[in-house]
Amino acid sequence: MTGWTLVLLVLALSSLFYFLAKRRSLRVATTVGGIHKLHSAPRYYGVVAALLFAVPAMLVLGVWLSINQNIVLKIVLTEYFPELNWESQVDVDWLTSQIQILAQTGRLENVENAEVLNAAADRYQYLTSLSDTLRNASVLALGAIVSFIFILFISARLKARPIAETLIQGLLIFSSLIAIFTTIGIVLSVLFEAISFFRIIPFTEFMFGLEWSPQIAIREDQVGSSGLFGSIPLFTGTLLIAAVAMTVAVPVGLLSAIYLAEYASPNVRSFAKPALEILAGVPTVVYGFFAALVVAPYLSDLGAYLGLDIAHESALAAGVVMGIMIIPFVSSLSDDVITALPQSIREASLACGATKSETIKKVVFPAALPGIVGALLLAISRAIGETMIVLMAAGLAAKLTANPLESVTTVTVQIVTLLVGDQEFDNPKTLAAFALGLTLFVATLVLNMTALYIVRKYSEQYD
Amino acid sequence: MENSTETTNKERIVTRLDDTIFQGRVSESDGADSNLSQKYRMTAKNVNVYYSETHAIKNVSLSIRENEVLSIIGPSGCGKSTFLRCLNRINDIVVGCRITGEIMLDGIDINGGELDVVELRARVGMVFQKPNPFPKSIYDNIAYGPRLHSMVNSREETDEVVYSCLREVGLLSEVEDRINKSGTELSGGQQQRLCIARALAVKPDVILMDEPCSALDPIATAKIEDLIDELRTQYSIVIVTHSMQQAARVSQRTAYFNLGDLIEVGDTGEVFTNPKHKLTEDYITGRFG
Repeated sequence: MTGWTLVLLVLALSSLFYFLAKRRSLRVATTVGGIHKLHSAPRYYGVVAALLFAVPAMLVLGVWLSINQNIVLKIVLTEYFPELNWESQVDVDWLTSQIQILAQTGRLENVENAEVLNAAADRYQYLTSLSDTLRNASVLALGAIVSFIFILFISARLKARPIAETLIQGLLIFSSLIAIFTTIGIVLSVLFEAISFFRIIPFTEFMFGLEWSPQIAIREDQVGSSGLFGSIPLFTGTLLIAAVAMTVAVPVGLLSAIYLAEYASPNVRSFAKPALEILAGVPTVVYGFFAALVVAPYLSDLGAYLGLDIAHESALAAGVVMGIMIIPFVSSLSDDVITALPQSIREASLACGATKSETIKKVVFPAALPGIVGALLLAISRAIGETMIVLMAAGLAAKLTANPLESVTTVTVQIVTLLVGDQEFDNPKTLAAFALGLTLFVATLVLNMTALYIVRKYSEQYD
Repeated sequence: MENSTETTNKERIVTRLDDTIFQGRVSESDGADSNLSQKYRMTAKNVNVYYSETHAIKNVSLSIRENEVLSIIGPSGCGKSTFLRCLNRINDIVVGCRITGEIMLDGIDINGGELDVVELRARVGMVFQKPNPFPKSIYDNIAYGPRLHSMVNSREETDEVVYSCLREVGLLSEVEDRINKSGTELSGGQQQRLCIARALAVKPDVILMDEPCSALDPIATAKIEDLIDELRTQYSIVIVTHSMQQAARVSQRTAYFNLGDLIEVGDTGEVFTNPKHKLTEDYITGRFG
């Protein structure tokens, strides 16, 4: 029986226990004189019984799945390969995969240690099926016992309703914990890999080095075997493209937000706002080839006409398209901030004899500024983390420059290129991706926190 | 001399009003009448207001005299705020609002092309129901209007306007040490007086007040009412209020609105002691709604 059949079986059995408990509570009700004598409605007894079956069963299943595989493997390997070197991950992985494949496909012949391998595979197969049976039995048995005990205890005074409430609350807490722990897990795994990178390459060299050239020679005589990991050019490239993007997105986004919030009639607004937000729904890969195939050649031609030397993969092209992509972030968030301002301060300004644009300039905009700054910071962190557009439209060579007409590369582009293809996880080239990822994560985290802090601290409280 | 007889008059009206509310009947008029100037500042003639389908104001004609406080009373939704908001055309910003009829300010049609809406609002100031200072410093709140209209051209002139307006509303001693702090940090009553000062700073002819005390406690209310009484010597004031005692205390004339109709208008004493119309009588004696 595979894991999925077991899960389905658990669900089926828990609904069976639902009906069992409900029926028993109904029978109890007839002995005490009617359903209204029960503490809770019959369905609550059913819900509790079902949950008491499913929750322990699923917990056992989860724990079992996370440890079982390793135990069986360890038993088999120690039994048949006592001389195996556990320190070498490669050897262990190699043996493991051989045994697993053998267990599924059958005999192996004409190999050096075919006999041992075949025996190990048989043993593995036997142990695995044994552990599966054990698993299924224990999962179902535990759930059944817990639920059955509950059903035995059903009486008119048993408070099933609050118990169901507690169980459901637990379920909700569990779900949110999954999300939180996943985040923590991702951060930790990136952190550990980054730490092992910093064991090879000093932290200061990574943070303050001015050259990025992660190619490490496989042979001694190769050219460019240096392997330089100075991340400054990557971050300046990222910031340069983000700056170009913000130069496009801030004016366009802000002005359209002001138009939408203050001038547009409800009809126009109900059409224009979703239309603008469609921009946010365009997949970034579409923006990417728009940038690479339309904007970049156009800018390059335009540059040639004007006598400027614009690289084909310029920061300008990537930045402009990225700016278009984040316009809806700026405009939608700013629009929300502006519309959230109370009408009363607009009326106050108009009643003083101000025109509409004076009101916007002198009252509405200053009052909305903290929220707008927050929106801009969120947009920047979005721009910094954006990958697809820059991957397709920006360059690959790390160049330390502030000229948007030149080709630059970004942190995200480098992470992708470092991880594409075959990698070894003890190579600084691969580990550098984690270090970059961690730095990027910290940077956007700080930006987002600052944005939230500014919005909370400086916004006026209107009740 | 004139002032003191007026005060006693007002006290009598208030006492009588309380009596009528408690006893539920209207007593004879004593013909209370102050010596009001008869010159009209604003005149509304056959004004109708529609919000989309709703006919909010029905053919109302009402005048505001110089140096008087006109109070508008009536049950909720009777159109009193709507009428007030027509007088400085702040209703223009309400989508679907349509106004017909004629409203004159010193003989000029405010809806005609002759008077710009910005100029109108500078001459007809407004104080709102909920205190709504700008999220700016107290100083900038008051300097806002004068700066807009280029009424001040130097820091000294601005200072003078700001301080004199603060003094006029009795706020100067309370906020002198924190004049650069945000206006939203003041208490509700102080905020409302700041809003009045902000309206005064533009030197209007008429001040519209839309239930200016409804969000305030009785002490703050008393201060604002005293202030309204003082302001009357320089401005025409129209005040919408739900408190009949307040109408009786501060106003010289009272208009009663019901369901968009102007039912009755007259000297405050007359309206409260000897209402001509059954609806007015029911409302002021508390038999309404």
